[in-house]
Amino acid sequence: MFWNKEIECMDNKEKEKIQLERLQKTVKLAYENVEFYKNRFDEIGLKPEDIKTLKDIEKIPFTTKSDLREAYPLGLLAVPREEIVEVHASSGTTGKPTVTAYTQNDLEIWGECIARGLKMAGAKKEYIIQNAYGYGLFTGGFGIHHGGNKMGAITIPISAGNTKRQLDTMIDFQSDILTCTPSYAMYLGESREKAGISLDDINLKAGIHGAEMWTNEMRKRIETSLGIKTHNIYGLTEVMGPGVAQECSQQDGMHIQDDHFYPEIIDSETGETLDYGEKGELVLTSLTKTGMPILRFRTKDLTSLNNEKCECGRTTVRMTRITGRSDDMLKIKGVMVFPSQIEKALLKIKGISPNYMIHVTRPDILDEVEVKVEATKELFSDEMKEMERVEKQIKASIRSETGLRVDVTICEPESLPRSEGKAVRVIDERNFE
Amino acid sequence: MSVKQISIFVENKEGRIKKAIDTLSKENINIRALSIADTTKYGILRLIVSDNEKAIKALEKDGFIVKENDVILLEVPDKPNGLNSTLAIFDEKGINLEYLYAFVSSKSDAAIVVMRLENMEKAITTLNENNVKILETKDIKDL
Repeated sequence: MFWNKEIECMDNKEKEKIQLERLQKTVKLAYENVEFYKNRFDEIGLKPEDIKTLKDIEKIPFTTKSDLREAYPLGLLAVPREEIVEVHASSGTTGKPTVTAYTQNDLEIWGECIARGLKMAGAKKEYIIQNAYGYGLFTGGFGIHHGGNKMGAITIPISAGNTKRQLDTMIDFQSDILTCTPSYAMYLGESREKAGISLDDINLKAGIHGAEMWTNEMRKRIETSLGIKTHNIYGLTEVMGPGVAQECSQQDGMHIQDDHFYPEIIDSETGETLDYGEKGELVLTSLTKTGMPILRFRTKDLTSLNNEKCECGRTTVRMTRITGRSDDMLKIKGVMVFPSQIEKALLKIKGISPNYMIHVTRPDILDEVEVKVEATKELFSDEMKEMERVEKQIKASIRSETGLRVDVTICEPESLPRSEGKAVRVIDERNFE
Repeated sequence: MSVKQISIFVENKEGRIKKAIDTLSKENINIRALSIADTTKYGILRLIVSDNEKAIKALEKDGFIVKENDVILLEVPDKPNGLNSTLAIFDEKGINLEYLYAFVSSKSDAAIVVMRLENMEKAITTLNENNVKILETKDIKDL
């Protein structure tokens, strides 16, 4: 099922033509209207006219999150203020929030991208979308909402949280599609089982989950516990919000809406552009947004691109699942570790709860890692020997995935914090100063 | 031939054991015997209680992880060598103990030993062959 078959299945040559035209237009708009971009270009003597091919994009300096912070709140507008109709902002957990402003047409583009994703998840006009992404400054809730409206489906703006109500709504409205963060989807699945609600009582068919990293193991759990097919969705506030890319039913990489966003992969150390298939940091340039166009934004998300035509028929470039962020990578005892690796290791063990916490400390001169997992009925035994065996098994699994020796602590169920938005999995208490 | 024991996972954190015991007392459940196996991080609370079904339901409702499994209950004479002679029977057959705890009842002169062995089936057969009386659920009802 396609929302916009003509674009989504477009021939590469034709697409590149559109991309170049749109890139040139965006560069011109940014240079002429945003002081920040003008200064950046002038510093290196670059003119909008110098962008003659798509490859020329590499001449444009990168934009980083800190650039956006400095422009807080509305310093990067490329249109007069009266054209802006909505703003969203990042949570600001790592500093000042970053803001994105949308014109009416930007919201249409956003809706278009989400509508394409909803179709990938099999949505029909009569479908009920239970939108359990948070509504507010966070882009998740409103993003999906705009897309639901665009395609004409019925969107329930239930927002995140209130798990009992979520389950009641699934039953009463027979919701077809669930949209929320993967950790909340997992929690809802867990809660459904706990509440003794049968899969026959609900009617969910698909889930669209993103805004945080998740693994294949997590996917399997969500799919089983809610009886759905899940679709990984990608996006970020700085660029637009969710919907920049999403998986189709093949679940084989996320289709980037590359007529609206131009993707590149770079080496995060050198800034050099990498080829298809090579893993590096994703860099995105908006091609159609006018409220706050963004040029070569460094997402810090690590992935690789695939430009082969998908089994589903779409020709849009696909990005692989995000395997880490260049800035949430932990360096422990000199070893590079991503929380996603630990999650993967944990979920390989039968009966383990998907809630975990990684605690990194440096009591003296050496790093120590404690991985906390919740006990479950399956893991628990009356025999100490058996409990020790489970601990050893967890340690071995983490060791084989990351090469690290960690300490494992089994905690009581529900004792680790649950999240309704993005899950906090790492506490790093090392002091590097 | 065996009695069902319940075990509860308790994190080594202030007030957790009390919370578990609270839950049981609110349900009017009598604890006949109790032992704790502990590490620095958590403990396994093992209990023989008056009503397993009720106990498990209440504990799980309060968020505890509970398991029910078979243990062997024996009366051993409350005097020197009392336990030793019983253990000797297992020793001879090479049946290893997982754990053991004991309690005394005001209604009997003997001590009651709760045992979990590596091979429960073999353990029961061995005890029967040696004519050792294994207590059943009904035997401990009135203790």
